[in-house]
Amino acid sequence: MDDQAILVSSGRRIAVISEEGIVLARQAGREMSAGLGLSETDQTLVATAISEVARNILLYAGRGVVELEVTPGPNGYGLRIRAVDEGPGIADIELALRDGYSTGHSLGLGLPGARRLMDEFSITSEPGSGTIVTMVKWGGTALPVIEGASP
Amino acid sequence: MSSTAAVPILRQGDILIVTLQGDLGDAEWAKLTDDLLDRVAERRTRFAVLDLSVVDVLDSFACRTIVGLTNMVALRGPTMIVAGIQPGVAFAMVQLGATLPGVATALDLDHALALMTHG
Repeated sequence: MDDQAILVSSGRRIAVISEEGIVLARQAGREMSAGLGLSETDQTLVATAISEVARNILLYAGRGVVELEVTPGPNGYGLRIRAVDEGPGIADIELALRDGYSTGHSLGLGLPGARRLMDEFSITSEPGSGTIVTMVKWGGTALPVIEGASP
Repeated sequence: MSSTAAVPILRQGDILIVTLQGDLGDAEWAKLTDDLLDRVAERRTRFAVLDLSVVDVLDSFACRTIVGLTNMVALRGPTMIVAGIQPGVAFAMVQLGATLPGVATALDLDHALALMTHG
């Protein structure tokens, strides 16, 4: 339990350079969501959304990182996820958010699907300089324990 | 939680039972597809069950793989039933827009086996 609390407080940064990174990122997301007290269903939504954006990193940019951090909100805590890459970027974000649209070999569900799974979702992208997908799931109730602090 | 664990495929008469042990990576899904397609030919397999009761995440790639796997098994002859999709996973799949068109499902392994013997 203590280990998990420390994970929650310090945030996580997972390199996505192979499909293994996708698995590690979604598992880290589930662990942090659980540590925050998110419901089982919300933990699954978070893990699924992370899996989609991490796969996009691998598919379109080849490499990137998924960053996970606790964020305080008006009613408790949330998990903020940033999927960052320095790939080709997205020329038309609105189009990329349309169901079934894909320039790769996927179902085209990744971005629009992840948006539906999360409470907040935004994309910043410059063609040629990469993409940052930011998403938040609220509903955390547990106080994140500060690393090294005594009870 | 390990992403490298092999997926056991058990035979019970003319039924193959595939019980996933947790979260699978892409390579494990691909290996499972190959293994299962080999195993259905071993003897006269009539049914295959894919038990997902301990799987806690299915993304769009996994869903696409399951649909492909089901179709491939069916083309070889046996009927495949996907069992045990957890409620949170089902919720996430629907939100994602990744469903399993044309795939027979059952509540759990027992239900799947009952469908096979009585259905």
